[in-house]
Amino acid sequence: MSMSRRSSKWEPRKPVPAEERQLTSAMIASLGAEGLPTVSAPFGHALAELANEQKNIVGLTADLAKYTDLHVFAQKHPERFYQMGMAEQLLFSAAAGMAKEGFIPFATTYSVFASRRAYDFICMAIAEDNLPVKIVCGLPGLTTGYGPSHQATEDVAIFRGMPNMTIVDPCDAIDTAQAVPVIAAHDGPVYMRLLRGKVPSVLQDYDYKFELGKAKNLTEGNDVLIISSGFMTMRALEVANTLKADNIGVSVLHTPTIKPLDTETIIKECSKKGRLVVVAENHTEIGGLGEAVAMTLMKNQVFPVLKQIALPDEFLDAGALPVLHDQYGISVSAMLTKIKMWLNK
Amino acid sequence: MNPETNQQISLARRAWNIRRKSVLMGAVQGQGYVGQALGVSDVLAASYFHALKFRPEDPEWEGRDRFLLSIGHYAIALYAALLEAEVLPEYELETYGTDNSRLPMSGMASYTPGMEITGGSLGHGLGIAVGMALGLKAKHSDSFVYNLMSDGELGEGSTWEAAMSGAHHKLDNLICIIDFNNQQADGPSTETLSSEPLDKKWEAFGWFTQRIDGNDMDAVVEAFDKARNHDQPVPRVIICNTKMCKGIPFLEEREITHFVRVEADEWEKALNVLEEGKPA
Repeated sequence: MSMSRRSSKWEPRKPVPAEERQLTSAMIASLGAEGLPTVSAPFGHALAELANEQKNIVGLTADLAKYTDLHVFAQKHPERFYQMGMAEQLLFSAAAGMAKEGFIPFATTYSVFASRRAYDFICMAIAEDNLPVKIVCGLPGLTTGYGPSHQATEDVAIFRGMPNMTIVDPCDAIDTAQAVPVIAAHDGPVYMRLLRGKVPSVLQDYDYKFELGKAKNLTEGNDVLIISSGFMTMRALEVANTLKADNIGVSVLHTPTIKPLDTETIIKECSKKGRLVVVAENHTEIGGLGEAVAMTLMKNQVFPVLKQIALPDEFLDAGALPVLHDQYGISVSAMLTKIKMWLNK
Repeated sequence: MNPETNQQISLARRAWNIRRKSVLMGAVQGQGYVGQALGVSDVLAASYFHALKFRPEDPEWEGRDRFLLSIGHYAIALYAALLEAEVLPEYELETYGTDNSRLPMSGMASYTPGMEITGGSLGHGLGIAVGMALGLKAKHSDSFVYNLMSDGELGEGSTWEAAMSGAHHKLDNLICIIDFNNQQADGPSTETLSSEPLDKKWEAFGWFTQRIDGNDMDAVVEAFDKARNHDQPVPRVIICNTKMCKGIPFLEEREITHFVRVEADEWEKALNVLEEGKPA
């Protein structure tokens, strides 16, 4: 557990030596290992392409088109792009109104603003009416160093409690692009956690296809099962590759749909004897994938040794992402340390 | 105007019928937002029997004007109007607020034909109306979107986000009706969080603004006509000053609160008083 940033007001913090300082940065490319190929704005390009065929797709944003990659759609389909201004309550109400008129709105902002500021509007105007509004949000979990105002560490917990809401947390550029037409076709509201800008691409090396509501095994191993979503799957794959050298076999079960959860696959995989089960998520330890998996297993009398890699129940520090990921235990090296400890290796 | 409605029945009589149906529903439950319903009945009569384009037998007809009830607790009033307009069959009146009824105490889109949105969480209607108005324009439809809201909802920030947006997007197919009865849960809205000077606010937000006596049928009809026919590409708002419990003097004179208490033996009396003022 890291020291809370609120232990005392204005307490001087230990300065980092000049040669070790990293700049605060929201670069998503840094989420993957160095040298990984990246794809620019996979969401924006996938949506623009889908909209070529599907004429009822519209894009709305609350002053964050450029920061959610929706500008790509806006450039290709200006007549179907709606700038709603910095007004998130309006953004989601208007998206509901457009859905009622037969359109499929993709509404974008940051995760904090959708989940915290606009909750009632998403709940009552969109979810209660089961309207096909696709809520696509940047900066999910800990993907910015700007501090709690921008770090949506509890977004999944907030949306999991909302009836009718589907929650999707893609791993990389490929997953994101594949998810776009699938969530568009889903007859109901979807919240998708967005990786934006230059997004790493890893799933081309695996036999994988995004299917809504399905968890997929990416690697097979007899010692550890990592159940993960979002970019934590990228990291789980790195962990698996690294541990292979130590003769530790790691299965990675990528679970891009957090709600509804693929309970069947999770129960099946967790029922295999002798494996340490680790849930890895870019989210507070409360109310996310970890708790969803744990409750699924408990209710079905499946009792593996279960561990969680997640963010602490705290308002997190500002800083450089790699530093913060190390500090809060969701970097590859932090994952390796924990998993080896749990395995007594 | 809906061609299929009976032109022989005066708007005053329609408003009276809506009042009577509201009181009948209130009597079913022994409670309900009857005070609001009585106050807004003239506006609803002008809406459904003068202004709105709709087909009673096809509540989702694409060519209809959309009528959004942002104020979910006014459901009793809209049910009365929908019953009067024959969107809802007469026999459902007595199911008001009962289990498995299509007429729950607060309006919900999935329950009731003709109820376009789920209101009740206040400050939602106008934003949804903006989206529907944008959608109708994208479809090159000539339908209007009406959003009926209350003065209490003017306290919600979302209302003003939508107000800015309506003007920004030049939504001349959007008509907002504000039932200004100066009453909200904790007291008079002007003493709770005053929105005055209200007409100046809407004008400053870029809306074609009218403020009228919402219980004067001629004024209501004229305002609807002006709103629909205004030639500037701006959204329209009609602020209707109304009187809670209008039409039943012994309730009008009661110390007015948000939720008017009507004793068990008073429903009959209310109906009798209404009967005395029945228009031709």
